[in-house]
Amino acid sequence: MSKFQYVIIGGSIAAVAAIEGIRSKDSEGSILVIGEENHVAYGRPLISYYLLGETDLPRMDYRPADFYEKNGVTLRLGVRATAIHPAKKTVELAGGEKIGYEKLLVATGSRPFEPPMEGIENVKERYHFMTMDDALSLEKALSPEKRALIIGAGLIGLKCFEGIAVRVKHTAIVDLAPRILPSILDEAGAKMVQRVLEEHNATFYLADSVAHFDEHKATLKSGKEVEFDILITAVGVRPNVELIKEAGGEVSRGIVIDAGGRTTLPDVYAAGDCAESFDVASGTKKILALLPNASFQGRVAGVNMAGGEAELTDAAAFNSIGFFGTHVMTAGVYEGEEHLDRTETSYKALFFKDGVLKGFILIDHPERAGIYTMLLRKRIPLSETDLKTLEGAPKWSALPEEMRRDFAREV
Amino acid sequence: MKRIYVNEKWCLGCHLCEYECAYANSGIADMVRALKGKTIHPRVQVDEDGDIHFAVNCRHCTDPVCVQSCISGALTKGEDGVVRIDQEKCVGCLTCVLVCPYGAVLPSPEGHAAMKCQLCTDNQMGEPNCVKHCPNGAIVFEERSAL
Repeated sequence: MSKFQYVIIGGSIAAVAAIEGIRSKDSEGSILVIGEENHVAYGRPLISYYLLGETDLPRMDYRPADFYEKNGVTLRLGVRATAIHPAKKTVELAGGEKIGYEKLLVATGSRPFEPPMEGIENVKERYHFMTMDDALSLEKALSPEKRALIIGAGLIGLKCFEGIAVRVKHTAIVDLAPRILPSILDEAGAKMVQRVLEEHNATFYLADSVAHFDEHKATLKSGKEVEFDILITAVGVRPNVELIKEAGGEVSRGIVIDAGGRTTLPDVYAAGDCAESFDVASGTKKILALLPNASFQGRVAGVNMAGGEAELTDAAAFNSIGFFGTHVMTAGVYEGEEHLDRTETSYKALFFKDGVLKGFILIDHPERAGIYTMLLRKRIPLSETDLKTLEGAPKWSALPEEMRRDFAREV
Repeated sequence: MKRIYVNEKWCLGCHLCEYECAYANSGIADMVRALKGKTIHPRVQVDEDGDIHFAVNCRHCTDPVCVQSCISGALTKGEDGVVRIDQEKCVGCLTCVLVCPYGAVLPSPEGHAAMKCQLCTDNQMGEPNCVKHCPNGAIVFEERSAL
């Protein structure tokens, strides 16, 4: 039986960050990555930019070609881990092979969730939009005379739309929610972005869902009928928690971990879209299925696996997403007192509660938005700031002198 | 590593650093031709509120949150400590702009990428041009330690 000091199940962003975390403390220990996808790590959200033609496969690689070799990482790609045996400290692969570990990271991500939909088996051209392989097979189906139907007006569904918009004849988008991007936008913001998407040949069917599929026709609950050639389902995702659950580790919505990335199983860590985070804005544990969060968690887990000390204490939901040149930045939760500033073409909503910035929505206001994110993640008391100035624009000059001393030292 | 620091008390708020930065990164040898009649997009910006003003550019953080958050791997921290952006890899999602606590990563004017101060290692200046031309010596380029 082969044995590695560090074994990582999953080969995406959390795994890369964990490798870097491990190597910041231990330049020697052997590392094995077991990846189900047959690719080295790539920028997963880039799949829509790939369809748009704004990047290509070589540029999508998340790290330089020599990254794994330089870091002494053994790769086993296209291989599925089927079980963890925490008492024996082994991972079992499909086919039965067992591999020993000293420290294990579970970074298995998530998979598309598909609710039961009547008649879905009638549809032959059916796609998801999560992986590079999904994008490559969808690309083969695209052509200017075809009509696309996307189920789900969330981040994945709408980025998919942006990617295919000019490569198909028309796109219809259906969502159960009464507005688009319901997880990150309020009603007014959603309307503004919806207009942009409609200008690019999308038709929305909101507060509606598919009652029945024929091969080329969806009949909606409202009675409306939508004809299509290609179906993309982007309803939501489910975390891949089974390995931990079956090994006896605690799982709630996602894999339960502490601030250092430790699961309830000894020497087993978890990071990324399969694991929960403590969200500072809501004060609750939730899955923050966002690339930066996977990276933060992976790094923290890696450092701790290698005997260091790291914690993630300022996790929050934040998103920067563009559609046809319109930039949407959001963070936190939309609770408390609202400061609103809107024009025809831009939208800015800040939410204050308990004396701190709790959330924001910025549409086409990208300038220095990270200062707002910092205020939110660090829970900076607004009473110590020049709030009027901050409402107008994010600035360090509106922050207390003690904070500004940051600029005189190494950070 | 040597980094750029600003002394708020000495900053006049004259914005000359912004012009020197735009010139340094214009690729044009003649300053008048580089700047006259043009909207500048400097990577250093004077942050001001009333009587408080100081120049802000990339701090080249020890653990850069922009690098960790980058969705494409375009942002890297080099062995020399400089945080750089590969504009060919960048897709312009602006996640780095959303996470930089200093507001020092900026959208590129052409819209398809982000941009930031790279300590004039990516142009012909050889040393940070904002530092060299700060009339009051408020911007310096030197080694300092944390706290």
